[in-house]
Amino acid sequence: MSATITSTAQPRPRQRQSVFRNPIVRAVIALVTFVVLWEVGSRLKLPWVGDVPPPTVVLKALIPLLTDQGYWYSWYQSSRRVFTGFLAAMLIGIPFGLAMATSRIFRDVTFPVFEILRPIPPLAWVPAAIIFWPTQELSIGFVIFLGAIFTIMLNVIGGARSIDIRFFQAARSMGSSNWDIFRRIVLPGVLPSIIVGCEVGIGITWNVVVAAEMISGGGGAIQSSAGGGLGFFIWSSYIGGSYPLIVVGMISIGIAGYISSMIIRRLGLLATPWVRVR
Amino acid sequence: MTATPSVQGKLREGIKAGEIKVAGLSKDYGDARFRTQVVKDCTFTIERSKLTVMIGPSGCGKSTLIRLLAGFEKPDSGTITLNDAPVTGPARDRLVLFQESALFPWMTTWDNILYGPRARGEMGLETIEMAEFLLAKVGLAQFRKKYPSQLSGGMQRRAELARAMINNPSVMILDEPFRGLDAMTKELMWEYYSRLFEETRRTNFFVTTDIDEAIFLADRLLIMSNIPCQVRATLDIDIPRPRTLLAMVEDDRANEIKMSALSILHEEAMKSFSRGSKAAADFVDAYSRRVKG
Repeated sequence: MSATITSTAQPRPRQRQSVFRNPIVRAVIALVTFVVLWEVGSRLKLPWVGDVPPPTVVLKALIPLLTDQGYWYSWYQSSRRVFTGFLAAMLIGIPFGLAMATSRIFRDVTFPVFEILRPIPPLAWVPAAIIFWPTQELSIGFVIFLGAIFTIMLNVIGGARSIDIRFFQAARSMGSSNWDIFRRIVLPGVLPSIIVGCEVGIGITWNVVVAAEMISGGGGAIQSSAGGGLGFFIWSSYIGGSYPLIVVGMISIGIAGYISSMIIRRLGLLATPWVRVR
Repeated sequence: MTATPSVQGKLREGIKAGEIKVAGLSKDYGDARFRTQVVKDCTFTIERSKLTVMIGPSGCGKSTLIRLLAGFEKPDSGTITLNDAPVTGPARDRLVLFQESALFPWMTTWDNILYGPRARGEMGLETIEMAEFLLAKVGLAQFRKKYPSQLSGGMQRRAELARAMINNPSVMILDEPFRGLDAMTKELMWEYYSRLFEETRRTNFFVTTDIDEAIFLADRLLIMSNIPCQVRATLDIDIPRPRTLLAMVEDDRANEIKMSALSILHEEAMKSFSRGSKAAADFVDAYSRRVKG
């Protein structure tokens, strides 16, 4: 009998410990602490945070928006633009990066142009994008595309160059053709870097979404105050002087970026099972 | 053994052991002003069906020699022939086992082993049978679906042996394959690898810096001089096979060979030491302690 008593008594302190070991609990604690500090700082008019609307006010502004079609349409608009811009960046960036990594001639020819274009911030492309492209949507997509492509390309090139030379030597000795080496060594070898590039890249697309949607001028099928996407939502809230709505827009983009990166990360783990087991 | 005897018979029967002749081989590195002659006028033979071990101080140009033998690089002068046919580039008849693991991290053990046949489009029933046999042979049957990162160091080396053997090379070239393994695993691998050699009698060329490893494994021992890399001495290790670690420790002949090999290596290292090579300095330090001890 006494044995059963001691065995039931032991796990308890462990269980109490494990609540704080749970990463979700930790995340919730961090978020709650952040919101509380923000609320207190804002209410007490502390320097810097004093001018930011407190979370309760932001929440008050957000609640009516949750049933507002225009707000969700902004989510849809921005997500669609980010997705297409990002997809274009992947479709062009990955093959381009692979070509630059595998062909010396191609690299020598394209690298200087690439390096000059790379430091130009996407915001600086906005006027040019408006002039270049026939429609507003294409201009917006182009700016988002520029946000992601250089990071993706750089990661592809770096990833391909860091593949162990012995892999190529071993493959060549065992009778692999160039195509076989490309398919079975280069592609899987750069895949982890492609995923890292995409993860960082999709974050940048959300970074540039405000700049890109300034082009839109509120355009869109639904003529609501928020029809131009989340980026435009922030811009128009600023013009309208509604500080709580600016914060709502910012947080919306933050959440959207987090979800996007998480999706890429999950897909990446599925595509590279050998990385997971390490 | 789980595999059918016919498969094992096939493994032995299919082996066409080759002989490599190296004559007057030279290789330089660097630009016109700072030129280092890493390999200079190097001549030796890797005899058919024998386990030839090459030993020399680290940084003496052994790895360069391996790249030349494998055909990854071209010599500046001299010739390499396999069964009297000149070596022109990498091919399946001379496969290299690299230092540390060069298994493809994104492939399971099974896919790694079948890499060569798949590359050449030789995926018949016979190949699958052979792969099964080799997988059991290297003791990894339960690990066929594991990725290299899930295998221990010794398992990785054995998987790599299987990956090379399925291509039936006429010469296997091993570049310090057991470097980085712990002492225990390393000695087990010596015994395992020498059994494997005795079973197949394929021509093997084994490069190492470890004198005990060299004497345990070798039929013939090539002692190399430091840069430029040349054969300084050739010793025949006439200790009967199969050898065991315990017997080797007690064997007078083995100790005799070890002493003479060490004195040559020591002398060689002293020469390079006076020329101021860092690698040679480490080498002198390590080996002089062993000669005295």
